Amino acid sequence: MKLLTLNFLTCAIKTCKSNPASFPLHPKDAELEQIEIDMNPIFIRNILPRLDWVALKTLSSELGLASLPEDVPTEEELMGEDGEATQTLKDLHVLLMETGIASGRLCCGACGHEYAVKEGIANFLLPSHLV
Amino acid sequence: MSRPEDILPPDLFYNDVESRKYTTSSRIKGIQADMTNRALELLDLEEPSFILDIGCGSGLSGEILTDVPEDEGGPHTWVGMDISSSMLAQALERDVEGDMLLADIGQGIPFRAGTFDAAISISAIQWLCNAETADVSPEGRLKRFFDGLYASLKRGGKAVCQFYPKNPQQRSMISNAAIKAGFGAGILEDDPETKNVKYYLVLSVGGGDVTGAVNGMEGVDVYDARRKERKRGKEVNKKGSKNWILKKKAQMEAKGKVVKQNSKYTGRRRRTAF
Repeated sequence: MKLLTLNFLTCAIKTCKSNPASFPLHPKDAELEQIEIDMNPIFIRNILPRLDWVALKTLSSELGLASLPEDVPTEEELMGEDGEATQTLKDLHVLLMETGIASGRLCCGACGHEYAVKEGIANFLLPSHLV
Repeated sequence: MSRPEDILPPDLFYNDVESRKYTTSSRIKGIQADMTNRALELLDLEEPSFILDIGCGSGLSGEILTDVPEDEGGPHTWVGMDISSSMLAQALERDVEGDMLLADIGQGIPFRAGTFDAAISISAIQWLCNAETADVSPEGRLKRFFDGLYASLKRGGKAVCQFYPKNPQQRSMISNAAIKAGFGAGILEDDPETKNVKYYLVLSVGGGDVTGAVNGMEGVDVYDARRKERKRGKEVNKKGSKNWILKKKAQMEAKGKVVKQNSKYTGRRRRTAF
């Protein structure tokens, strides 16, 4: 599962819906994988304002990845003057699109429920008393 | 043809054998591709977008989303949800590019508000009309699904859900649930009144009229079932007016009463009595 997706996933349990701690989910025992994907600068530019930068920073520190800049990069920082992709954009692409969690668990910060991740697929099925 | 919805719940029906059959059948592949392309046409995305694939199965529709060429606004990035682990296993085997979740869409959509640009669903949401255990109801599942979908789409976002309603009741149950969740909803019928009729539920989150989705498409008639704003003033059939008399006469005739024939004098104003 891409780190991009993880930046949007919340806990699925009903009582967690109103709790701000239900986002982001915290990875536990995560095994990372790297899958090469073609770069799509326009997509990154479109998704950037929607990313929760604080959550992304927490996530990358929890996973022990390289630390991110303090603030969200601006559009100028992503695109060089000649339209070439800058290093910032390349780093973001690698972090969001190519890095993923292959297996492990995702833990809700509010209720502590753990969602298993296997082969990159998270299991969000819940017993009916929790929904 | 029998409906798989009536046989077993989706996670059990799509076992390894059925999933493989579904994914390798070239007939199903062709139909799925046609429907996905039609849904993409309805979504009318101009830039690479973040799309939710509801009931992604083995990623047949997701593959098409990834392969949208650059001049048509692609390639899109997608996240799929499906309840059948066998279907997802098929998707893993086929090495699709999107992320997938094993999740029941009737339990809601576990994404934060305003995540997706658009959502697409091919032949999935009719499964919501079945409740497999006593503690859930179709209405409740539909409500949780549409509420979750509404929240997870960004403002101005659109969703297109192709589905196979069992009967007109199911069709209106689904579209009413979508409207209750706050969507602007419309149903597009392809090949109406044939065996191959396809229903597309077109949903929009705020931002304009849902009928705008079919603007400029060929061979589409818009039938607007929304309540028309009641006309004020003269145009109303005022009691005693000619139109009112004609309407009443027609009503009475329909009831089987003996009604005088209409003539040029019917409802005509009499001369002023001196």
